Amino acid sequence: MSRILLDPITRIEGHLKVEVLVDNGAVKEAKSTGTLFRGIELILQGRDPRDAQHITQRICGVCPTSHSIAATLNLDSAFGIADRIPDNGRILRNLILGAAHLSDHILHFYHLAALDYVDVTKVAAYEGKDSALNSVKAFIERGELGPFVPRYEGDYRFPAGVDQELVGHYVQALTVRRKGQEMLAIFGGKIPHNPAVVPGGVTETPSVDKITSFLWRLNDIKDFINNVYLPDVLTVAKTYSDYFEIGVGCRNLLSFGNYDLDGANPDYLARNRLMKSGMISADLKMQPVDPSKIAEYVGNSWYEDSTTGLKPAEGKTAPTENWAKGYSWVKAPRYDGKVYEVGPLARLLVSYVSGQPAVKELVDSALSVAGIQPQALFSVLGRHLARALCAKVLADSMGEWLLQLKPGEPTYVPYEIPEESEGMGLVDGARGALGHWIEIKDKRINRYQCVVPSTWNMSPQDDEGQPGPLEQALIGTKVRDEANPFELVRIVRSFDPCLACAIHVMEPRGRSLARFRVG
Amino acid sequence: MAKTLEYPVIWLQGATCTGCPVSVLNSVSPTIKNLLIDEILPGKHVSLRYQATVMAGCGEQIITAMENTWKQHKGGYILVMEGAIPTRGNGRYCSLGERNGNPVPIGDRAAELGSDALAVIALGTCAAYGGIAAAAPNVSQSVSLPQFFRSAGIKTPTINVPGCPPHPDWFMGTVATVLLTGLPKPEDLDEFGRPKAFYGSLIHENCQRRAYYDEKKFAKKLSDEGCLYELGCKGPVTHADCPTRLWNGGANWCVGSGGMCIGCCSPGFPDLVSPIYQKAPDVSLPNIGAGR
Repeated sequence: MSRILLDPITRIEGHLKVEVLVDNGAVKEAKSTGTLFRGIELILQGRDPRDAQHITQRICGVCPTSHSIAATLNLDSAFGIADRIPDNGRILRNLILGAAHLSDHILHFYHLAALDYVDVTKVAAYEGKDSALNSVKAFIERGELGPFVPRYEGDYRFPAGVDQELVGHYVQALTVRRKGQEMLAIFGGKIPHNPAVVPGGVTETPSVDKITSFLWRLNDIKDFINNVYLPDVLTVAKTYSDYFEIGVGCRNLLSFGNYDLDGANPDYLARNRLMKSGMISADLKMQPVDPSKIAEYVGNSWYEDSTTGLKPAEGKTAPTENWAKGYSWVKAPRYDGKVYEVGPLARLLVSYVSGQPAVKELVDSALSVAGIQPQALFSVLGRHLARALCAKVLADSMGEWLLQLKPGEPTYVPYEIPEESEGMGLVDGARGALGHWIEIKDKRINRYQCVVPSTWNMSPQDDEGQPGPLEQALIGTKVRDEANPFELVRIVRSFDPCLACAIHVMEPRGRSLARFRVG
Repeated sequence: MAKTLEYPVIWLQGATCTGCPVSVLNSVSPTIKNLLIDEILPGKHVSLRYQATVMAGCGEQIITAMENTWKQHKGGYILVMEGAIPTRGNGRYCSLGERNGNPVPIGDRAAELGSDALAVIALGTCAAYGGIAAAAPNVSQSVSLPQFFRSAGIKTPTINVPGCPPHPDWFMGTVATVLLTGLPKPEDLDEFGRPKAFYGSLIHENCQRRAYYDEKKFAKKLSDEGCLYELGCKGPVTHADCPTRLWNGGANWCVGSGGMCIGCCSPGFPDLVSPIYQKAPDVSLPNIGAGR
């Protein structure tokens, strides 16, 4: 039996360590460990509820926009205005979130995941006239190869021509993802950490010039998704087709859905959303999500045992320095006691099984091109393909939303902060199901709790000893070369982990913090 | 052809949200590709030896690469630190890699690498001043990098490039300054250790809504036209060039979108500029109308 320690895991958000025990060439045990704790929910306690939009974005600089949406849905519900957001506000939020997700999915495939499959050094043999590739070639000739080397060596399977083309796309994608961020800023103000998504709607107002400017960035990104991103994912899928069988995981998927197509229902999960909410398992049968069945366990996490098994709305957690009791700062959320994976795969398959027409057609066509059955999507490649297909469904929808904006009409509805109230905001962020819960007392935050995608996916074992989704995806994996464990990092990155998101805590209730002042 | 000068860079991440590197990825001119691949200035190349968000390698091999850069280039590499340094629990609230089977606290890494760096850039408000990580009640007992250096007796000067996140130009400009002219002179930095080139004036001085303030036309609610001061805008107490530089390739900025300045470049952010939607007290606003 040998131990492989991956600390830190790079090309993800945040601080993640993975440790596996290999027996007879296959992973026997796997531990996923979050190695940073900040305590954002505790920081929120005692503050003005409206500040939660800004502070929860700082949970994560990669997916702040998803937090801004979940936080404002949460605050809208606590303020009693969930069904009163003007259409302009709802649509602007969709466009802001959509811009973030397009940017994020492209970033993930090219800049976080691709270097596991693509050999940058093969550009040394490039003989063409592409200026980007020639500058990479000059970089290689200078001989200082950081940050592209060191790396795992061995299993790079593409011929030089394909590698060179993909490196060109890596460089091109840097510009395309940046354009997505610019698109976001047109209505969101700036990114990372937008100021414009607020409870009540959006502070920015639409005008024809902004709409046009947004539209043409969107068109460029759509073009890239159709002609570069999706074909590249399929190219990787063809050459690394064994990864349709690697990293299968728990095969329970959960999605809250995203992109509200109407705003009339205060129950977010009952809304008509572009991507649907629901749960499916290996049999591809749909179940509705009941958020009251979500609870977080800390039997193997560095929090007091007395706080295990609580629902997020009643969350009560305290860090412990009894390091021996667990192995991670990440808690273990479970649905009805069971392990669920969240993310684009869940969002896509739930929408597919529920018969969303655009998704159904697209997925059927992709499955046929890849030559696989839907069940093969429970895999490393399935997660990448699902992410690209989610990007396409979204990009294809956003142009229509943009034209539904009505310049001159309200984007925001005023409200009063209630003395006491509770709220819940549920939406799929880029990396999956994201929930924010709030309890307000004396117009202040008495309790704030987030259950975020990577808490589900990167969770450690729960009190029953059930490994989390990533751990399950790793267990059983054959490792061909323990010094270069490509299989492990490819599995980890297929989940697009976001550790700053995964780790947060909330404190025993009733503690007052009256020290904030304006300087 | 003259040989390219390589400037090794080690980029550490403490208690952070990764918003700083994502912001740097958004840089327009130079682009991030220019920074990583090309000579960022003629004859000079930034060799990014350690940056966990983008680097190819993983685990022990990259820790070795980082330690080799440290040992082989003492006094010659630039340390970029993003995020604050949690001091609670012997550093277990943020660790990076293992040594003899024990997690290595991020503070130990910062101390080792900081002592021998040519220059240290505290990137983002968390690294520069503590920021969100150190916000009350500061559960992880996080401190800023300069504060950590002072308590550890490390004398290497730091350049603070705050912002939550910082504008990519502020980072690129600071790096280019070090490469071109060396460490900034004391008179180039303000009292909070920030380059005056970027943080020299108040948001309020150059704000596109300044005329509304002067005419006392204040927005009554968010999404209205008018000055946002009454709604809580911290532009009058925050130093940065956002109104003239703009964000995300000039697409917009905080006040431009009707969302207000929340003071994210200020020492003491977020606590000293909270509650966000509460009007700042009627302080006499420095540098306003003083004939600058």
